[in-house]
Amino acid sequence: MRQISLLIVLFLFWLALSGHYTPLLLSIGAISAALAAFAALRMRILDPEGHPIEWIAGFFLYLPWLVLEIGKSAWVVTKIILNPRLPISPTLRVVKAGQRSAIGIATFANSITLTPGTITVAVNGNELTVHALVREGAAGLEGGEMDRRVRAFEGRAG
Amino acid sequence: MFIAATAAILMALSLAIARAIWGPTVFDRVLAGNSVGILAILLLAVVGFLTGRPAFLDIALTYALLNLIGTLAVLKFFRHGDLAYDVEERKP
Amino acid sequence: MSLAVEIASWALILAGSFFTLVGALGLVRMPDIFTRMHAASVTDTAGAGLLIFGMMLQAGFGLTTLKLLILLGLFLFTGPVVTHALAQTCLHEKIEPLLAEEPAAAD
Repeated sequence: MRQISLLIVLFLFWLALSGHYTPLLLSIGAISAALAAFAALRMRILDPEGHPIEWIAGFFLYLPWLVLEIGKSAWVVTKIILNPRLPISPTLRVVKAGQRSAIGIATFANSITLTPGTITVAVNGNELTVHALVREGAAGLEGGEMDRRVRAFEGRAG
Repeated sequence: MFIAATAAILMALSLAIARAIWGPTVFDRVLAGNSVGILAILLLAVVGFLTGRPAFLDIALTYALLNLIGTLAVLKFFRHGDLAYDVEERKP
Repeated sequence: MSLAVEIASWALILAGSFFTLVGALGLVRMPDIFTRMHAASVTDTAGAGLLIFGMMLQAGFGLTTLKLLILLGLFLFTGPVVTHALAQTCLHEKIEPLLAEEPAAAD
């Protein structure tokens, strides 16, 4: 199941990048997609972490909220940069991730890093050390909206 | 409009290069180098649209992949002093 | 192309240029490496994202849009990896982040 899906995804990726649809190039694409899928199988990276088909639906439900959040915090950081007095108050803070699985914690940590103004500096189990540009930035993270949404996203994968 | 975007990206590039020259530590330079890479990718895409040759996007994609690998390789080198560092081997 | 799409793509590309420039300005203005990373991530996410969305509207529905989408996905997935690796390496090399106040309990 996972092999077939990887094969299809790789072949679609080839089609998207090539742009030439002659029989020769199509067959070369099919062969290289098959080779890459075979290599992934041999390397044993074809697990829920390597090709997460269960996570796709939840990811696309989570993405719009994340994009909105990135926009909001980018605007906050922009105002700080353009302020002549540069009102920053950098803070280090430990945030507990409420997720169960490795993928959930990685998603939460990467979402924190992706939003401007907060960076995950270190991960230790489910304790993330977060560096925030302003004091208020880190305060809302623990048990906040993002944590809840990533947990919902994780729950959807089952 | 694409000319405005090109000008903005070029200005941002010069600021990033200034930070790369100025930056007190190696890591400031790595950060600036990564920013230069990202700005170069955006510049490639925008110039591709400006000159009506979207084929530039393929180069931008390749450059995006190389930028990631390059930055991580430089970071690994400065952290361990060795690109072939193996965590399992060195554990006390 | 309809006028509305043209105006929307104009607005997106100009906003993207603005955020790109602001991020680079922050890279120069910020006082230490960790705060500079915050500025750089404005360029990585908001600047790049808006520019790419604007170009997608210009390109219309086709292979070019798909390639731009792949490029944006690449940014969204690799950006945090690089930033996190950089921050972790800085802490490992004992570069002290500039803090507003002393941390309550160092562990």
